[in-house]
Amino acid sequence: MEPTAQPTSTRLDPWVDSYAARTRGLTASQVRALFAVASRPEVVSLAGGMPFVSALPLDAVAETVARLIRDRGAVALQYGSGQGDVRLREQILEVMAPVGVTAHPDDIVVTAGSQMALDLVVRVFCDPGDVVLVEAPTYVTALGVFSSYQCEVVHVPMDEQGMRPDALREAIAVTRAAGKKVKLVYTIPSFHNPGGVTQGPQRRIEVLEAVRSAGLLLLEDDPYGLLGFDGTVPRAIRADDSEGVIYLGTFSKTIAAGLRVGWAVAPHGVREKLVLANETATLCPSNLTQMTISDYLATQPWFDQVKVFREVYRERRDALLESLDALMPAGTTWTVPGGGFYSWVTLPDGLDATAMLPRAVAALVAYVPGTGFFADGQGRQSLRLSYCYPEPDRIREGVRRLAGVIESELEVVGTFGSPTARAERPAASAPYTDLA
Amino acid sequence: MSIASEGRVVVLAGGLSPERDVSLRSGRRVADALRVTGVDVGVLDVDANLMANLAAQPPACVVPLLHGGPGEDGAIRDVLVALGLPFVGSGPSACRRAFDKPIASSLVGAAGVAVPSSMALPHATFRELGAAAVLDAVVARLGLPLMVKPTRGGSSLGATVVRSAADLPSAMVAAYAYGDIALIESFVHGTEVAVSVVEDAAGARALPVVEVVPDGGFYDYGARYTAGATEFVTPARLSDDVLAACAETALTVHRVLGLRDWSRSDLIVDAAGVPWYLEVNVAPGMTETSTYPQAVLAAGLDLGAVTASLVDLAITRG
Repeated sequence: MEPTAQPTSTRLDPWVDSYAARTRGLTASQVRALFAVASRPEVVSLAGGMPFVSALPLDAVAETVARLIRDRGAVALQYGSGQGDVRLREQILEVMAPVGVTAHPDDIVVTAGSQMALDLVVRVFCDPGDVVLVEAPTYVTALGVFSSYQCEVVHVPMDEQGMRPDALREAIAVTRAAGKKVKLVYTIPSFHNPGGVTQGPQRRIEVLEAVRSAGLLLLEDDPYGLLGFDGTVPRAIRADDSEGVIYLGTFSKTIAAGLRVGWAVAPHGVREKLVLANETATLCPSNLTQMTISDYLATQPWFDQVKVFREVYRERRDALLESLDALMPAGTTWTVPGGGFYSWVTLPDGLDATAMLPRAVAALVAYVPGTGFFADGQGRQSLRLSYCYPEPDRIREGVRRLAGVIESELEVVGTFGSPTARAERPAASAPYTDLA
Repeated sequence: MSIASEGRVVVLAGGLSPERDVSLRSGRRVADALRVTGVDVGVLDVDANLMANLAAQPPACVVPLLHGGPGEDGAIRDVLVALGLPFVGSGPSACRRAFDKPIASSLVGAAGVAVPSSMALPHATFRELGAAAVLDAVVARLGLPLMVKPTRGGSSLGATVVRSAADLPSAMVAAYAYGDIALIESFVHGTEVAVSVVEDAAGARALPVVEVVPDGGFYDYGARYTAGATEFVTPARLSDDVLAACAETALTVHRVLGLRDWSRSDLIVDAAGVPWYLEVNVAPGMTETSTYPQAVLAAGLDLGAVTASLVDLAITRG
């Protein structure tokens, strides 16, 4: 061996000591690594919430975009308003009419997806250490937003009708008694992601009352409101309170996720701040995609297309539920979604969905482990199944594979005894943002 | 002009193992490094299209950079042999020996290298004999702490350090999620090092020893692939004699297992300066945080040039 050189130390990142404290949890994870396998066609992925955009009239969309560029390209390809295109904001009022939200176009702020709207709301309201009350479980990428602004997240239990008002009141009281400041209550009342449940009319009233009586602001995230399979559209909570509720909407599920257009409906003072924050974040939402959607809404039977999507997703939901009924081992339970994309599955006692994921991927089926939807390590026994993207036969095959995985895991776990003997592992450090 | 610069080289990356993401990054990095040297490089995934792609445009040489499963257990290399395609790296049977941790440990141990005491147990053993009794026997024999891992795999996937007997059942379940047989080893305390080996016309040589110091104490998946989560020191902060012993150990592993072209041995150096063999990789990781490229750099070499040289070797031997 050659003469030894002087040892040189490296962390392979010259900025390792410069990152903000809020990035501490952002690490490579084996769960995220397994999702790289889920992208292979051999794997039936019941993980990602990708809308089935192939059901769109793509020729019509192509024509819309081509005509837009040809006739108004100089505008479409230019910067626009930080609040969003005024024509689109007027049209958004029509889109929200079925959920009962009435507003003025000036109450609307168009954003790069409702994800950006969520980010902006948290940005303008939350200081580090502020508490956000959310459902148990909640939308994975919302957790990423709360984490990025250093909020503390407190989960409020749900039942078959979503967030429990009694638990919400208790969570508010307990949090305040601990000297902490609750800033927002975040809810996905319709066809919940990942829970699959929906707040009924009375439940919405009770949740709103609990929030109001505590003097808090409700952040209502409604991506799936128009995707109820029986054709009924749940009334938005915002429809009954325009001052105490910020409503988030999106075209990602009713038109196309790739266009990245969403919006927030907010009271005047909030809205002004959101516009300024929007401008700081992106200067303005994309004119090109806003105008594409605007032209699409004006020229295409967009609500008929929503009905097409409903039917596509209903058929897939049915394939999922029938397969779960037929194949799941005893002790497995799941929610029965009336719309949207997801069912929340709880495994038999003793099983851990995160620990089981490698076995599932080896068996060529993927899901999102439940811990991804909690900020506090809960959810180990649960997982989210998404039925929006695969064809029905693939869904049935995926459930068949998953059933086999659960059986195998039951055998292994059964060999080694009770789950309480197992050491708790810390919660997943980084959310699975590429699966929302 | 080298042969490598006159033919098309295909890097195989991806696959279906849990290390797919790591493999894709390894493959991209090596492909980029090769292109800088003037080699025409394509990157192919191992999927239903691979055979047709290789038949349509047979490469001058293949560089398999699949991690885990079929990439490192010899299967894909058996196929390459059947197709008559030269490839960089160990042959199929050498891969089979190396990828199975208990078999590799046994062969390496027989050659005089220090290996941890271990047991390789399929799940069926626990099921048939009763888990509690078997686990008691394991702890009685191997003591605590223990390292539990799948017998076949990498990147610390499914691996757990067990310090209390109460944690052993969950560690077993975690390992069995990746395969039917789990390896339980006595934990060796010491300095963790990675020793990379590369061959040239003169034979195999060890590159500078890389010391691995993960922030969390365990070189798990996050510590391996998150830049900044681990400190790497090259050469390792060991005496010259111990560094030489590490190099000799890695070369012995490479020789005894019949490896070829490149390998990376993961060792622990105990307080007495003895290198203990943990495992060897026949398709070493080549990501931005992997130790093999760091060793290449510390040796004053270039990854692209090293790989191109191995491509030339592979083509020459046919």
